[in-house]
Amino acid sequence: MDEPTILDAQELEINMGPQHPATHGVLRVKLKLDGERVLDADCVIGYLHRGVEKISENRTYTKCLPYYDRTDYIAAVSNALGYVLGVEKLMEIEVPERAVTVRIMMTEFNRIASHLLWLATHALDIGALTVFLYCFREREEILKLFENLFGARLTTHAFRIGGLWMDLPPGFEEAARKFIDEFPARVDEYEQLLTNNRIWIDRTKGIGVISGEEAIDYGLSGPPLRGSGVPYDLRRSRPYGGYDQYEFDVPVGLNGDTYDRYLIRMEEMRQSRRIIQQTLDRLPGGPIRGKVPRIIKPPVGEYYSGIEGPRGELGYYIVSDGSAFPFRVRIRPPTFINLQALKRLVKGHLVADVIAIIGTLDVVLGEIDR
Amino acid sequence: MMETLLIYAVIPLIKIAVVVLAVLLAVAYLTWLERKLLGRIQVRLGPMRVGWHGLLQPIAVGLKFVIKEDIIPARADRLVFSLAPMVSFIPALVVFSVIPFGPPDMLSGLLRWVLPLFLDPASVNRVIESGVTTGGYVANVNIAILLVFSVSSVGILGIILGGWASNSKYPLLGALRSSAQMVSYEVSLGFTILSVLLVAQTLSLVDIVQKQQAAGVWYVFVQPVAFVLFFICGLAETNRLPFDLPEAESELVGGYHTEYSGFRFAIYFLAEYAGMITISSIAVTLFWGGWLRPFPNVAWLGFLDLVPSVVWFMAKVFVFLYIFIWVRGTLPRFRFDQLMQYGWKIFLPLAIANLVVTAAVMLKFS
Repeated sequence: MDEPTILDAQELEINMGPQHPATHGVLRVKLKLDGERVLDADCVIGYLHRGVEKISENRTYTKCLPYYDRTDYIAAVSNALGYVLGVEKLMEIEVPERAVTVRIMMTEFNRIASHLLWLATHALDIGALTVFLYCFREREEILKLFENLFGARLTTHAFRIGGLWMDLPPGFEEAARKFIDEFPARVDEYEQLLTNNRIWIDRTKGIGVISGEEAIDYGLSGPPLRGSGVPYDLRRSRPYGGYDQYEFDVPVGLNGDTYDRYLIRMEEMRQSRRIIQQTLDRLPGGPIRGKVPRIIKPPVGEYYSGIEGPRGELGYYIVSDGSAFPFRVRIRPPTFINLQALKRLVKGHLVADVIAIIGTLDVVLGEIDR
Repeated sequence: MMETLLIYAVIPLIKIAVVVLAVLLAVAYLTWLERKLLGRIQVRLGPMRVGWHGLLQPIAVGLKFVIKEDIIPARADRLVFSLAPMVSFIPALVVFSVIPFGPPDMLSGLLRWVLPLFLDPASVNRVIESGVTTGGYVANVNIAILLVFSVSSVGILGIILGGWASNSKYPLLGALRSSAQMVSYEVSLGFTILSVLLVAQTLSLVDIVQKQQAAGVWYVFVQPVAFVLFFICGLAETNRLPFDLPEAESELVGGYHTEYSGFRFAIYFLAEYAGMITISSIAVTLFWGGWLRPFPNVAWLGFLDLVPSVVWFMAKVFVFLYIFIWVRGTLPRFRFDQLMQYGWKIFLPLAIANLVVTAAVMLKFS
């Protein structure tokens, strides 16, 4: 984009957020504008900092878990999965097959719910009001499933170390099947409203372009990385929690722009549905929890458990000193790292594009600030 | 004396009062309609609590605006800040003085029934035949369309002033956007109207409708391109999606009215919705035969005349408002530069081309 010259107007510095309708929480972006063109952007984060990692050091391994629900509150189930997998690895606990299958099913439901919320808000930011409510209609169904199984809609406290808290309630499988039967038509409906819409294409094509190499340099993961053509999905490249037994495709983009990232997330919803279909078809019987000692005291050691969350690579680096409390839990939040690229992506674009780019990075401030 | 007073003061004042009240009421219920229709589009109900199906909601909302605290930012220009909403709203009302809701003899029956209560038959006749009392409009001005456009351009000033006087960055950006947008779309709008004027050969809105009756065809079928351009530019002119950039809430918080609250905000709001009704009314008058029933000259459809002409007019306006809301429920928003690009690079050349073709055809067949 053009460099400013001496003839250009004085820079206008505006604050986007932390109270702004489109910064998805309490993100604050300091924008330097020339007219409507963005010369520079700086992110200010930390408005939602609660010290989750530090709190974890003073809780037992089981009591840490609810705190992680509240980091990325849109993907609480995924968060739980990453942590329990790590602790189970440290303690070498065998998880029964039924629990493994249900975990994958619920995590994929969560991925759909998360992507739906992303699509809803992304579309709303770009001005498509109706998509917002359509997405919430389907998300509501998933949240009802969550409520049925976990007893909560958002902060689910989904899994337990060694398995599940409870078995599937009666009627759950039918409800899940009903949802996945209806879902493809719904995704088509959203696509009908957006994918070939002239305005939508104008607003998203060529916006926030980043090449594959650069995306890797920035440490991006999840859809922002795959949108640039790097087929890196932890479910495929470093399978965890039984994902190697499922069939699904990893969609990648070509141009690395906002439109490609949109298409990828749409396709991921379809693929998640495919995985759920497979889990429902094979759902084995048997126990839901493995043999777990009453007090969880992992042996001295450390383990990094990385999973593919809806937003990218979600990691828990757990260090145990042999006591009942973790010595340190470091969370690698995907959007904290993805957000680094914001400054690079928005430079030279217009104010309206900043909104589209924040939307396409799919940030959750609870996770960024922790 | 009594007659003159009636003809030039009393009856026009009553008409003005009726039109203003009707427009305000229409604006209030347009907000209700919009919420209801958007609700239907978005698989929800819309307002349901206040009154039957939320019918009293606009009144509750209006009341809320009135009793809210009125905030003027400390560093705002107090005078301009208070005046700006009015500057935006009053032109929106003034425009309705020349819009014909019915034919020139619409009120003669009513007057013939009411006036004898006060006057002797001879003066009743004189009042009715004076030619200014019976029309279904406040005034039949021979430059009506010019008046509409010059007055409604003043409304833009209200937005610029409001954004400027707030002394705040987001409103300033919103005001800049809206001035650029409205000015550029008004040019294309003007050209589309010019091609209608060429066909009608008059500037009076009443005459334009009567010409359509005489020709036996609504001008939308004579000037389809002009109509489509007019409608799109009308969307832009009234700041509606997909052109609602000046107030794009996800980008500029609230645009020019970010700092406004309470009643002043309500007035901006009223102005925007009144603008929607204005544009729809003009579209109906210029292109869809105004107060005329469908096929105005086909005799066997005469039973359609049982429906009063005002109702035909309102029904047509309603269809347009419906489309306005429908578009809002369907489309995303343009970006500022794209909007300007469409305005100057597509709509303006098309409008001019349409004008030139119209002129050439008129010249050939006249």
